[in-house]
Amino acid sequence: MPYLVHSPEDRSEMLAAIGVESMEALLSDIPARLRIQGLDLPAGLSEAEAMGRIRALAARNRTFEDRLTFRGGGVYRRFIPAAVAAVTSKGEFYTAYTPYQPEASQGWLQAIFEFQTMIAELTGMDVANASLYDGATAVAEAAMMAVVQTGRDKVLVAGYLHPEYEETLRGFAKGRKFHVLHHPSSAGVVDPGSIEKELHEGIAAVIFQQPNFLGLVEDAAALTAAAHTHGALAIACVDPISLAVLAAPGEYGADIAVGEGQQLGLSPSFGGPHVGFMACRAELVRRLPGRLVGQAFDHQERRGYVLTLQAREQHIRREKATSNICTNHALCALAATVYLAYMGPDGLRSVAGTSLSRAHHLSERLAALPGFSPAFPRASFLSEFPLRVDQPEALLSRLSERGILGGLDAGRWFPELAGVLLFCCTELNDPGALDELVEACS
Amino acid sequence: MTEPLAFEKSRASLPGPRLPAAGVPEVAPADILPAGALRSTPPRLPRLSEPELMRHYSRLGAMNYSISKNFYPLGSCTMKYNPVVNEVAASLPGFAWLHPYQPEDTVQGALELMWDLEQALCAVVGMDRMSLQPAAGAHGEWTGLRMIQAYHEDRGDERTEVLVPDSAHGTNPASAALCGFRVVEVKSAPDGRVSLPDLEGKLNERTAAIMLTNPNTVGTFEEEILEIAEMVHAVGAKLYYDGANLNALMGICRPGDMGFDVVHLNLHKTFTTPHGGGGPGAGPVGVKHELEPFLPRPTVRKENGHYRFDQERPKSIGRVRSFYGNFGMLVRALTYILAMGGDGLSQASLDAVLAANYLRSRLDGLLEFPQPPPCKHEFVASARSLPNGIKALDLAKGLLERGFYAPTIYFPLIVPEAVMVEPTETESKATLDAFTEAVAEIVRLAQSEPDRLREEPTSLPVGRLDEVAAARNPVLRWSPRAAD
Amino acid sequence: MAERKYTATHEWIVIDGGRATIGITDFAQAQLGDVVFLELPKTGAKVAPGEAFGVIESVKAASDLYAPVAGSVVEVNERLVQNPELVNKDPYGEGWLLKVEVEGEPQGLLTEAEYKADAKAEH
Repeated sequence: MPYLVHSPEDRSEMLAAIGVESMEALLSDIPARLRIQGLDLPAGLSEAEAMGRIRALAARNRTFEDRLTFRGGGVYRRFIPAAVAAVTSKGEFYTAYTPYQPEASQGWLQAIFEFQTMIAELTGMDVANASLYDGATAVAEAAMMAVVQTGRDKVLVAGYLHPEYEETLRGFAKGRKFHVLHHPSSAGVVDPGSIEKELHEGIAAVIFQQPNFLGLVEDAAALTAAAHTHGALAIACVDPISLAVLAAPGEYGADIAVGEGQQLGLSPSFGGPHVGFMACRAELVRRLPGRLVGQAFDHQERRGYVLTLQAREQHIRREKATSNICTNHALCALAATVYLAYMGPDGLRSVAGTSLSRAHHLSERLAALPGFSPAFPRASFLSEFPLRVDQPEALLSRLSERGILGGLDAGRWFPELAGVLLFCCTELNDPGALDELVEACS
Repeated sequence: MTEPLAFEKSRASLPGPRLPAAGVPEVAPADILPAGALRSTPPRLPRLSEPELMRHYSRLGAMNYSISKNFYPLGSCTMKYNPVVNEVAASLPGFAWLHPYQPEDTVQGALELMWDLEQALCAVVGMDRMSLQPAAGAHGEWTGLRMIQAYHEDRGDERTEVLVPDSAHGTNPASAALCGFRVVEVKSAPDGRVSLPDLEGKLNERTAAIMLTNPNTVGTFEEEILEIAEMVHAVGAKLYYDGANLNALMGICRPGDMGFDVVHLNLHKTFTTPHGGGGPGAGPVGVKHELEPFLPRPTVRKENGHYRFDQERPKSIGRVRSFYGNFGMLVRALTYILAMGGDGLSQASLDAVLAANYLRSRLDGLLEFPQPPPCKHEFVASARSLPNGIKALDLAKGLLERGFYAPTIYFPLIVPEAVMVEPTETESKATLDAFTEAVAEIVRLAQSEPDRLREEPTSLPVGRLDEVAAARNPVLRWSPRAAD
Repeated sequence: MAERKYTATHEWIVIDGGRATIGITDFAQAQLGDVVFLELPKTGAKVAPGEAFGVIESVKAASDLYAPVAGSVVEVNERLVQNPELVNKDPYGEGWLLKVEVEGEPQGLLTEAEYKADAKAEH
């Protein structure tokens, strides 16, 4: 049997050492009526046969080439340097346990410390945690932090937040007994002036996505300022690649920055595992959920790293913990760390810049086609944009026949956006691919 | 061995990596956005060449213990071998390249995989349906409790309390509190099992659920589980199973048959998906029919050989995260289940129980055991018996020094100087014997050279770190010097 | 000088005139281990008996702090921000946590003998 290590002799010797005749003696305290005679599952397969089945399942999926993928909505096809998998596939990283014993885990602890630093840098905030599950739960955790910090019981979502993030947030809100209000956009983005009326001392936080779910750039500084005038926290849910170009949350005074890190070296993988990130102002550090790695010294003054401020977490604080999170997404955070170290500030700027230029070029060409128009012509975007199209379903079919995964149908979640497709462009959609798309749309 | 931070090796003049040129007319951010919306200073990410990058992370890796190299006797963590073929499976382009918003007819293989995994996991634990959405065990606990909460609310029944044994993992009360429940602690009897009299006194019409694990955290089977189930159901409450200890039971008995209404599994424990230094894992949640209406949306539906996402669940608690689950981990788990089969999984649990009892018998006399044998897949010892003020912590560090990861220490809270050991089925007898030798040596040193023990580990990259100073003045990131 | 009294939750209190000084006991600080952080209320905040007014954290534990009396906070020991170890070193002296203007009659406070018996029974 695969992965089992004992020979029949080993088993006999162990039974003898224990001093029992058979395994039954070790199971006799289980009530007889609960005992089953094996599992209702097929017998095990050889590795070749098991992989044969798995490959057959994989083959029953249709994959789209990254260069011909123009669909985003929170998951994007990005260039993933070979270095990322080369590091994350090392047994010393991926088969290691959570670094509770620091002396035996310095590699992991230092890697996380580097991740925390990179996320803090990227977001312009003081401190970041060791990762959360995804962007959706990161938004929910940030909202909970704001509720605890301010003692208020409402949060206001401003504009187009990813609908799955908002739904997740509402789920957490129920248990923590706070309310999620929503302020709609006009013309695709939030009018900061219009949000003033909805802010009062009951609002713990204003939450916005930047760029928003439609790819449009919000006036983050104004939204943050509006939140602050009423004592609410500003929570920015940000696209990490966009931070090479757009003002960082720390630059406009946000209190908590969260987001989805999938674009930093993780494959789409049908939606997971990806990685949530969270960073905040120093004052809020003890409200942070999840793990934190801190610098420490041993008796010989050697620098090392440890999990710290653990008193916030569930294993110590139990029902009073900041959250219930235990296992997070460390290996995915490592992928992001390697990605960002590979890219450096110049690489990240190049990725963002190329995506931006190509997306604008594509948007212009598509909007010039009959039946296509920008959904919100006055709003700015970076590398994802909404287009109003005639007969979106027929278009997407046509594209699919040519091996192209076209824009995302926003009408699926927002009735007011029926007929609007979100197209995205990354550094992998080469100019030839753009030509193919435009031609297929014509 | 030490390794500077990537930031400390960074050189400002090093050019960035070569990346594709845009190949289209350049649009500068300043062309489309006002200056105030743009980043004013670039992020201070490190600048490293690829050779330096690879060496840096390789050197960091070399400073880690891992299942690839070391035995992890961690109780309740089930640190078993991570089959390498699972990594091949998960990285197949037919899985790795799938966009979650592709049309359903282009992802039939993925949906079939999720369906097959759900069926297999239900068979192992005796539940009717499963959600594969939760990203981790704690996430699964919260999801399961929310379903129980929704069930009671749907019946117009106000239930405000969740019972949790005093031996429970911290995520249990934390998850309950996250749902807005009041946590009531149930005492353990001296033998580590749930105290039925105490339970009886705390069960009432306010009880939404009790969270249990079986075997419990001291590694013994809750023999009275059927009585407990009856008592809990009699007051209209639900029985929640924390699947952390499932490795003891596969093919032997099933939580569903014990009367559990909700079960969460840790794929990164029983089902070998790798720990990854702290995740990603996956925490699927199984339910009995009665709770099906409340499952997160979407679930997978199979109809005439065709698979689709089923959003038709009006009483669903909704999503608990974005997309459908940690799909990459689901692939690994199914690959493992296919390779093991029902027969392999059963043997795995038998071997896990055998290994734990064997190791316990070898350690007899070296440590104190609050519970008599037999145990199941794990056992708890106490280091209280060690002389000269040597503590569980010192035992742990002594094991690190000798190339073994430490067991879980100071948990469960009900045993003083607790040392919780779970060998799993993938450690050879020779490894278990070597571990015993290491413990024996440490016990001897506790007697003869306690001061030396208190200095350990000395052969690792760092010695014991001053965690107090680290927590008093937390330095949670690298910062450039003022001059930079 | 008024006599020091105690609570079952390991706080001590000395009331002088209408003012109380509150801290945690030597037993509590030993149980906690090295204190790393305290979350304490601001001056002017109200405290009530049996209600948590703050949190005291060590590396391995975090405990709620309970007010022995009702009142409003007039002073918080600011030295504990930089030097939380004072709670360990001198829990009854320099490690004091709060000074409170007492409102109403203090109820249910334990004498030293009662507290010691209580603490012993707990373990």
